[in-house]
Amino acid sequence: MTNLLILAAEEGEHLVQAGDGGWWADTAGIMLILPFVAFGLIMAFGKRLKHQGGEIAVAALGINLVWATILFVANLTGGVLDQTTFEIARIGSGLVFELGWVVDGLSIMMYFLVNFVGLLVFIYALGYMKGDVRVPWFFAAFSLFAGAMLILVGAPNLVQMIIGWEGVGLASYFLIGFYWDDLDNVKAGNKAFMTNKVADVGLILGAIIIGVTLGTFDFDALDLAAIEHSEALAGVALVGGFLLFFGAMGKSAQFPFHIWLPDAMAGPTPVSALMHAATMVTAGIYLMARTFPLFQNLATEARGWMVAIGAITLLAIGLLALVANDIKKVLAYSTVSQLGYMMTAVAAGGYTAGLFHLFTHAFFKGLLFLGAGSVIHAVHSNDLTDMGGLRKYMPTTYWTFVVGSLALAGIFPLAGFWSKDEILATLQFEGYVAFMWIAIAGAFVTAFYMTRAVALTFFGEYKGHAEPHESPRIMTGPLVGLAIPSILFGLLNIPGVSWPGIGNFTEWLGIRVVAMGDHHAEAIDFALAGMGFGAALLGIALGWMIWGKDRNTQQARDRFEVPALYPLLRHKYYVDDAALGLVWATSNPLARFVDWTNTYIIDGIVNAVGGGTKFLGGLVYNGLDQIGVDGVFNGLSAAADSAGSALRKIQTGRVQEYAAGFVAGALILVVLFVFVI
Amino acid sequence: MIVNQFLVLAAALFALGVYGLLVRRNIVLILLSVELMLNAVNINLVAFEAMLNTPEALGQVFAIFVITVAAAEVGIGLAIVLMIFRNRRSANVDELNLMRW
Amino acid sequence: MSFADWISQPVNWVFLVIGLAVLVSAFRVVTSRNVVHAALFLVGALGGSAGLFLLLSAEFVAWVLVLVYIGAVIVLFLFGIMITRAPTGLDEGLDSEQKVWPALLSLAVFVTLAWGSIEAFGTNPLATTGTPTVTEILGESLLGRFVIPFEMVGFVLLAALIGGITIARRDLTPVEEEERITA
Repeated sequence: MTNLLILAAEEGEHLVQAGDGGWWADTAGIMLILPFVAFGLIMAFGKRLKHQGGEIAVAALGINLVWATILFVANLTGGVLDQTTFEIARIGSGLVFELGWVVDGLSIMMYFLVNFVGLLVFIYALGYMKGDVRVPWFFAAFSLFAGAMLILVGAPNLVQMIIGWEGVGLASYFLIGFYWDDLDNVKAGNKAFMTNKVADVGLILGAIIIGVTLGTFDFDALDLAAIEHSEALAGVALVGGFLLFFGAMGKSAQFPFHIWLPDAMAGPTPVSALMHAATMVTAGIYLMARTFPLFQNLATEARGWMVAIGAITLLAIGLLALVANDIKKVLAYSTVSQLGYMMTAVAAGGYTAGLFHLFTHAFFKGLLFLGAGSVIHAVHSNDLTDMGGLRKYMPTTYWTFVVGSLALAGIFPLAGFWSKDEILATLQFEGYVAFMWIAIAGAFVTAFYMTRAVALTFFGEYKGHAEPHESPRIMTGPLVGLAIPSILFGLLNIPGVSWPGIGNFTEWLGIRVVAMGDHHAEAIDFALAGMGFGAALLGIALGWMIWGKDRNTQQARDRFEVPALYPLLRHKYYVDDAALGLVWATSNPLARFVDWTNTYIIDGIVNAVGGGTKFLGGLVYNGLDQIGVDGVFNGLSAAADSAGSALRKIQTGRVQEYAAGFVAGALILVVLFVFVI
Repeated sequence: MIVNQFLVLAAALFALGVYGLLVRRNIVLILLSVELMLNAVNINLVAFEAMLNTPEALGQVFAIFVITVAAAEVGIGLAIVLMIFRNRRSANVDELNLMRW
Repeated sequence: MSFADWISQPVNWVFLVIGLAVLVSAFRVVTSRNVVHAALFLVGALGGSAGLFLLLSAEFVAWVLVLVYIGAVIVLFLFGIMITRAPTGLDEGLDSEQKVWPALLSLAVFVTLAWGSIEAFGTNPLATTGTPTVTEILGESLLGRFVIPFEMVGFVLLAALIGGITIARRDLTPVEEEERITA
């Protein structure tokens, strides 16, 4: 395949020419480095500090937030587009390996998101993790995650993104298995890492194919090439795009790679809030957004598969939230479902829609997780059946949680409503009508299970054994801090509305959006919005009917459980079992083969060598030594012995015989000397 | 007279003495044979003296010495025979074979 | 000198007679079945030797031979024979069974000596005949040139004497042993 080296790979030329980012953009790299510095400091002397190193982590993100906020503000109207890279290595034919950071609309949005939500979660964690085990390591690993995530979102090319990708995977492994005293937590961490690793195969292969074919890994160049040479790149787009999508499925928990996310709830709640709701899991969506033109090249039918996977994830996993009794699991399934929404949107071509939902979801899902953590902290249990009537004891938590739930359900005018509506509009525009209906159904299910969660937790009578109390301000503060954006941020992207001085979300994402051919509705489609809103209201109503009215959860459960569907849901569609079976089926024969080879071939060779040597040794010993050498010596001694035995017979003891010998000897001598000589 | 007649005669006597030494079983008879051999030597000595006619009569002097030593030897020999007889009640030389293998 | 010349000398007739006598006696010494007879035949052999000495003008040696040998040694022998209770009659087990090899050996000895003699001396005549050796010469020799061997031989005789007595002494009985120590 001919190497299509793209013009834009040369330095300085961008997709669109825009203003320089200024000093703040040039130094934005500090955001990527600071969390690692924090990591080192916390590991060095975090133990000695009052909050066990949490102060350092908070400080790092706080400083980062300065940059993020300034850049964010600069981008509101200015449209920043800048990139700073440092060449690290170069492969002869032109493949360059660069590291650096991008400062454009998309990355600024992500910088802001990661640092803002991250800071609030870190502050929350100061209170939540107080008195827990290994707190310095917690904050160190968390800082590590934050740094890796920033490296990921600030990546100017596929290679750095993969570096950040693997970094967040590693931090996720550490933090999921944080309470490694319990083996189940360790297994959950392994499951997350392994599932992601399987998907990463696709990511890396896709990156290699794209990079080698186009001669560059740079996103800028990639997008330019995809736009300008769309026909020539059709094959690459198909293969590379699908492989990248495959990688995104793992990190963003699309069906069937979703199995790790619910189990990841084994980690501390702040981890679940930041990593597995707001930021890390969105990396897959982010990847799709970064390489968006590549996917635009694909025909509608090819993209349809990706949209379908998103839709399946959306609905099927959402249903699982209905039967989960662990409050964190409910939220986990909900997260997977919402990721399905995002993936559907982006795959369908809704660049803005998907990213907007990512943006809003981070706030209200983070809020919900922190709220759940507050409840767990108070009740010392994750189980919904141990809760009930908590709104009396924890008002702040209650109210913020309700806000988050409503936002998630998509109730006007909270954030979720706007972002979901945008997704529905995109699906309709691009022609994926069937998936649009699935999305509406998903909205119903979302509202349904969130009502259940809220009702079982905060309403009715308290059924647990602890003494519930409101959490300290250090924890409720961030709750409020996240509730406000959950309420307001939806208004940032009302179709057709651009707030003066602030602009709207679409504009923030930058001019790139238009160039990439993103569709953006100019006005609200009231019919569609109404359908989405109606589905949500229906869900709340139905949920309240089943779980709200009746204070007895057992009766409610009985009423709800549909005999046919329930076992399927209970076993999570047997996907986990299928995955385990697949792994077993592939690795077991291989392991057995290796074992056989080892026992019979390798051991056989070794044994044969040993046996052969032993045989040879025996041969030398028995043949050569015993018979040969010993034989010679034994023979000599035997000869001497027999000679002696024979000769001693001369000593008969008879004097006459001696005399005879004497005479004979003398005679011989005489003859010899006299006659011969 | 030639010297050889005496020498041959002495040789015959000597040979007979050897035969007796090797054949006889009685210790005394063995000693007897030894005396015979000594006597043959004496004849030789004297015959040579007669042939050479040395001024000091060497051969004869030597012969006297031989006779004297022979006598001493017989004395000792018979003493030994006596002891043997006392210990073993027999003068048979075949029975004196303890110093054998 | 040829055999005819040798035979014509009357001395040689005497020699032949005496020589024959000696030979026969010697032969009988080694083959006699009677121990006493063997001893007596030795006397005959020794006597004949004395006669030969006389022929060789060695009178002193001849009479010394008769005196010492026949007079003392043979008597000793006879005493020894008696003390060792040799059967005075015929003794069947007197000779060893094996006679062939010793006979051959003695024959070989004789042949070697005779041959050597003949080869060496041929028919050398003896220098003296009939003139007796003066005993004075012997005496001068014994006590002159050969005085040390003479004394030595004396010592040998003394040693033999003492040795003989010591060897043949009767062992002391335990009682006598006790007395000897305490006395």
